[in-house]
Amino acid sequence: MGKSIVIVCAKDELTRIRQFVADELDQHKIPDLQAHKLVLAVDEVCANLIIHANNCDPVNKIELDLEFNPKQIIFTFRDKGVGFDINQYDSPSMDELVSSRRQGGLGLLLVKRIMDKIEFSTEKNYNICRLVKTIA
Amino acid sequence: MVNIEKEKKENIHFIRVSGDVDAGSSIHLDNAFKEGFEAGESKVAVDLTKLAYISSAGLGVFVSYLDEFELKKFKLVLFGIQETVRQVFDILGLEKLITIAENEEDAIKKLNG
Repeated sequence: MGKSIVIVCAKDELTRIRQFVADELDQHKIPDLQAHKLVLAVDEVCANLIIHANNCDPVNKIELDLEFNPKQIIFTFRDKGVGFDINQYDSPSMDELVSSRRQGGLGLLLVKRIMDKIEFSTEKNYNICRLVKTIA
Repeated sequence: MVNIEKEKKENIHFIRVSGDVDAGSSIHLDNAFKEGFEAGESKVAVDLTKLAYISSAGLGVFVSYLDEFELKKFKLVLFGIQETVRQVFDILGLEKLITIAENEEDAIKKLNG
């Protein structure tokens, strides 16, 4: 059985979701450095869903489920915003980001580098994004 | 929550950041950078000793100023980065783009030396 949390699509909910994930990882004795990265990846996906998929509309909600297996941690996000498959997103290079002087673009790059598998699907009216991290 | 303090010392503009910088709070870091940049501060040291967390929104602030700093020959040094935050810099290879110092003394040396 996993644990879940539901947040509304507002940026100030990010603190709450980070705390929830950090507490769960701590309970499952995930080392600090590893936990910090996983919390970051979850934060990045949530920020993306809040800002881009749901336009910061607090009427909309995001549900996050955490599932701990002996060899994997699975993070599943569900929302009804504009669907976006991270796998289809071509991250810009650092050089491109520097010369364009824009602040976005690093978040999904981090998610891709931190997680081992990213899956995107739609089911009924929901977008489902699953992040999988293999643990030793 | 993020807290940002500014200080001028040794002809260097210090920006001291504490707490968490995320998509909601990165605007405060951006404002501090913008203020210093517009005031023509050519040596900027960012103290991250008390920074517990930074997401891409905050890292993006540093990256977005690199080009303008380079163009104006302004200098930027970050120092005091905790291990948990440091690994995020490593994941992105930011240490190749941004000068990073161990501590304040080292940062002053890199800017004034």
